[in-house]
Amino acid sequence: MNTQDEPKVLTLCYHCGNDCDTEQYHYEDKNFCCVGCQSVYKILSENQLCNYYAYNDTPGKTQNETASHYDYLDEPKIAASLLDYSDDSISIITLYIPAIHCSSCLWLLEHLYKINNSIVNSRIDFLKKQVVVTFKNKEMSLRELIIMLSSIGYEPLISLQDVVKEQNKVSDRDLIKKIAVAGFCFGNVMLLSFPEYFGLATFEEQFKSFFGWLNLIFALPVVIYSGRDYFISAWKNLRNKVLNLDFPLALGIAIMFIRSVYEIVSGTGAGFVDTLCGLVFFLLIGKWVQQRTYHHLSFERDYRSYFPVAVTLIEEAGEKPIPMDELKVGDRILIRNNEVIPADTILMKGDAVIDFSFVTGESAPVQKVLGEVVYAGGRQINQAIELEVIKPVSQSYLTSLWNNEAFENKKKKIDTFSDTVSRYFSVVLLIIAFGSAGYWMFFDTARAWQSFTAVLIIACPCALALSSPFTLSAVLSIFDKNKFYLKNTAVVEQLARINTLVFDKTGTITAPEGFRISFEGDLSYEDQCLISSVARNSGHPLSRELVKWIKISEYFPVSEYQEIPGKGIQGMVRNKLVKIGSASFLNIQSVNKDTGTVYIQIGDHYAGYFSFRQKWRNGLKELFAKLGNKLNMHLLSGDQDSEKEFLIPSFPWVENMHFRQSPQDKLDYIQNLQKDNKKVMMLGDGLNDAGALKQSDLGIAVTDNINNFSPGCDAILDGAGFEKLPQFIHQAKDAVKVIHMSFGISLTYNVVGLYFAVQGLLSPLFAAILMPLSTVTIISFTSIATHLYARKNKLI
Amino acid sequence: MNILYFLIGCSVLLALIFLMAFFWAMKNGQNDDTYTPGVRILFDDDIPENPKK
Repeated sequence: MNTQDEPKVLTLCYHCGNDCDTEQYHYEDKNFCCVGCQSVYKILSENQLCNYYAYNDTPGKTQNETASHYDYLDEPKIAASLLDYSDDSISIITLYIPAIHCSSCLWLLEHLYKINNSIVNSRIDFLKKQVVVTFKNKEMSLRELIIMLSSIGYEPLISLQDVVKEQNKVSDRDLIKKIAVAGFCFGNVMLLSFPEYFGLATFEEQFKSFFGWLNLIFALPVVIYSGRDYFISAWKNLRNKVLNLDFPLALGIAIMFIRSVYEIVSGTGAGFVDTLCGLVFFLLIGKWVQQRTYHHLSFERDYRSYFPVAVTLIEEAGEKPIPMDELKVGDRILIRNNEVIPADTILMKGDAVIDFSFVTGESAPVQKVLGEVVYAGGRQINQAIELEVIKPVSQSYLTSLWNNEAFENKKKKIDTFSDTVSRYFSVVLLIIAFGSAGYWMFFDTARAWQSFTAVLIIACPCALALSSPFTLSAVLSIFDKNKFYLKNTAVVEQLARINTLVFDKTGTITAPEGFRISFEGDLSYEDQCLISSVARNSGHPLSRELVKWIKISEYFPVSEYQEIPGKGIQGMVRNKLVKIGSASFLNIQSVNKDTGTVYIQIGDHYAGYFSFRQKWRNGLKELFAKLGNKLNMHLLSGDQDSEKEFLIPSFPWVENMHFRQSPQDKLDYIQNLQKDNKKVMMLGDGLNDAGALKQSDLGIAVTDNINNFSPGCDAILDGAGFEKLPQFIHQAKDAVKVIHMSFGISLTYNVVGLYFAVQGLLSPLFAAILMPLSTVTIISFTSIATHLYARKNKLI
Repeated sequence: MNILYFLIGCSVLLALIFLMAFFWAMKNGQNDDTYTPGVRILFDDDIPENPKK
């Protein structure tokens, strides 16, 4: 929107930093944008917690008016399932608070005891956005705690899918322990092996066997504990008749250990214990690097994290909150404004205006009449309604999508490059090993054993096993800086293979804020003032947009102001009744079936209508043009096709544009594309895309606030990084190139080693130098090359 | 040179103690959150009422 000539003094909200559209909120000579922000400030200032504003300017978040009811927290059963610990005097609970974002949040939430001294202690885990609160349960109930947190702007997210507990389960402690053991042994073994390498004087020979035995003792935990996973994985894969990279690794470890034992026990040599320990140590490091966890993100969410934990049941005795899993068919439930309908139901009482945008992708709220079936997942945006449950939560229309087979085999098997290579690698390796052993059999039997083991030791694909993890994790951290979060490293390789792109419309290619507003009709300056005066009384997003669009600072007092949810607003200004709202509100014929149409009536005179269209994301046209060059483009929308003509200029692939797609349709569409051997990447945002995201080869959830719910997917892309999509794909392709190159380098090392190995000439010293050398080369090569490519792709 | 046996024993023992200390720290959750303590330490006990601009 272009700025008007008249200068406007920007007043920023002291709490959240938003523009104050209306300057009605003052407190202690500070300006606030809304009552919410003001009341948070009030609470904080009354409790001498204004330091909150000292650490950061405007640390708060805008207070959305969510009318959450926490009565259910007084139900002992529900409360007990949420608490971590509880005894006679204190309770401990871990809460997930998405609003945590800066050091002020940290400071405030750790000083909760100043607001209410029933709180004993509160600790934040910043990256996980969790706070652990210990409170005296005699003086404060769980409900009061949650209400207090909400009142200062930190409403915890409590949903059916327990994000907190699921997240805390994930732990890499086990791997770190293994690395610690391997590192410890590696260090000590190196120390004890040095004398052997530098040569021992004759009087020191007595230590030789002592050092050897000590080395063997150190090798035991490395092989048995740290390296255990390689044996297990190799064995499992062999039984499934798959040869992966773990097989030659396990073989190498085993052979190295056996040969070392043999040499040390028989006193014929020093063994390869240091190479062995180093190998396991580096391999585990590679594994650790590969496991990147985003504490604040979850890729496995489903409908449950969108649902509340409890619902209000209407009994003869009155209203009573019950846990969701106790909800039965035939129960009568109460859904208040802004609450989610948890099961398929029939409307019994009340005016239902339900927002299904998250479930079906349709942006317009749907009106329901008594007796009509209301599907689960919708959000009531009118007054409270009463519903009767006709299907249990787990069998509703919405959840049936999760019972689709796309969700059955949970792990999508992504075929990585190293998997492919290792199949051939293992076979070639065995051929060389047996070949050289067979050759030496005829000349020198002792040498046959030596060359056989030497081949397996030297060809142990350590560097090979490290090139993928180090390259891919470098890519992951580059993506991460650009707000593109991948579930794991295999996704990078998948991204490089994509040849078909499927976009969802609403929420994916549309921007979260702002509308393209146009007015059909005639409005005088005074009319605009009148409209603006009425509209600024309303908190409805469309009203706010309207006020912003009209941009008139002059306004008149409004009397008899009324807001009818889901319909419109009206008020008397300068003795004229101004009505702003839907066609039915004004009792006129609707001009078109578009949802974002707001009609205006001033006095008795119908003035025209505003149409609100969602804005496209920045640079959408260029993005489509860039991507469309190389990839197949498709667009699926759950919405009506009213936007079609606006999309065609930027999305010329009309035959691939489909509207009114149900979640199942989207899933089937992707399946059909895949039948044509296409590698499909789906970009979506809501629950309605969940099936398609899961079915696609690569599902990316696009979100504008990564703390919000996003459906299960392989990657989460922040809306801010949306424009960089072509660069991401390019970088993924480059990463695969880097992996190929580093495979080349490590194979060269292997060939050099093999040249000596097949001759049976492999000294422990040679192995001890070659192994770390190749490892270091690979690690440095991959990270440097990846970063150079990232610079080329303008990602860093 | 027999003293070497003793010294090596000592060095291994010392290394073992460090390994155990590391395990103990892990078990205590000292490595679970490596970010928050770094921020927490920067807070003053009491900042004068007027926030700095």
